[in-house]
Amino acid sequence: MSEPIGSQTAEGDSAVSVEELVVAVPAAERPEYEATAVVAAENEAVAVAPAETPAEPVAPVGFLVDLPAFAGPLDLLLSLIRDEKVDIYDIPIARIAKQFLLRIRVLQLNDAAEYLELAARLLRIKAQMLLPRHGETETWEDPRAELVRRLLEYQQMREVVDILERRGDERRSRFARAYLPESGEMVMAPLALSLGELLTAVDRILRATKEPTVHTVVARTLDVAGAIAMVRRVIAERRNMRWGELVARDAEPWQILSMLLALLEMAKLGELRLAQPRPFASVEIQHDSTGEAA
Amino acid sequence: MIPLAKLLEAALFASPRPIPVDELSALAPEASPAEISSALDTLREHYDVDGHGVELAEIGGGWQILTRAEYTEAIERAQLASRPQRLSAAALETLAIIAYRQPIGRTEVEEIRGVAVGSILKSLQERALIDVVGRAEGLGRPLLYGTTPLFLEQFALRHLEELPRADELAIALRPAPQPL
Repeated sequence: MSEPIGSQTAEGDSAVSVEELVVAVPAAERPEYEATAVVAAENEAVAVAPAETPAEPVAPVGFLVDLPAFAGPLDLLLSLIRDEKVDIYDIPIARIAKQFLLRIRVLQLNDAAEYLELAARLLRIKAQMLLPRHGETETWEDPRAELVRRLLEYQQMREVVDILERRGDERRSRFARAYLPESGEMVMAPLALSLGELLTAVDRILRATKEPTVHTVVARTLDVAGAIAMVRRVIAERRNMRWGELVARDAEPWQILSMLLALLEMAKLGELRLAQPRPFASVEIQHDSTGEAA
Repeated sequence: MIPLAKLLEAALFASPRPIPVDELSALAPEASPAEISSALDTLREHYDVDGHGVELAEIGGGWQILTRAEYTEAIERAQLASRPQRLSAAALETLAIIAYRQPIGRTEVEEIRGVAVGSILKSLQERALIDVVGRAEGLGRPLLYGTTPLFLEQFALRHLEELPRADELAIALRPAPQPL
């Protein structure tokens, strides 16, 4: 072991700074972090904003780092542990937590929730490490144990990924005899048809097709004036009448429409009063003497 | 070549998928398993020794004729065939966990990977690399996933045991250091 467990208390950052939880603090306010950010990024041989002004604080918004995407927070943490060359069984939790927060801020990771969750976990472990230990230390359980177990499990799985990747590439570099058709996709047999059969089929279809019926549409003008004249003639003799008396049973649609418009027109002019005692009852037409007087 | 080897060659040529040994035996019911196996050896040697553009590979519990790797680029350049797409790192991680821990539920995969894997499970299932193999006993009877024969095929594995055992990996889980 490179250093005894618990030696973090002797390290520079002996207190859990609340500031570390605030990931989105403007860059200009935290110049020391920004400087490390540039160094950390350059270590990965990544193009960072203008090279001539490395010390200048860079705003979080135009700071573009093109890193291969991390597969998750544990991936990022593992790569940090590798970069920092620390013993996985004795992680200097304060240093790693600080670096971790720095990275997720710089990388603007999309699924930040999962990264933030691990960040919070790191800070809690850091706080636990700082707590004074009462009495005998035999009962003391290293707060990092669970994290170490998860990291090792994850790293083991990464090793399997390497194996799978190698085997997959090996297989992909060799072709089988044929591609696999999608299951359920039926291969149709080629069409067997002679020219004669095709022409007979066309002939049959043409025969079956009916001659199109051509309708001639003639515009019928309505005779509203004529209808008005007729109604006037009727009301000169009678005061009341019904719709059925004005329109013949076998009236053409244009006649019915003309009469309707004539009645509405005359009612508007005040010559008539139209009334319908109840829905669907016959319309009663009454001569309006007051309207006529006006 | 002996007639049996020729028969097997014809069948392997006709099939786009690896042919399991028992299906090869069905081609020649009178042949013993030893004879089949020796005919396969003959065929493999024939390809390897005489110099052919194809080779005989044992994959996913069966046998398959594959083109040799050195011709892949030329074939792809001529657009006669194309390599299947590589899986993303996230998909490979998920697949690795399932391969080792199957049958395994979504929650357990997420615990190891530290991220949500719902959509990845779905796409792996669509690519027929994993499938639902059962349900756990616990609350809500969550689905359990396992790898498919196609998984073995696409990763050129004869069987799952060909993957190293967990304790054979370089990073074996050793017991946590003793507290001071």
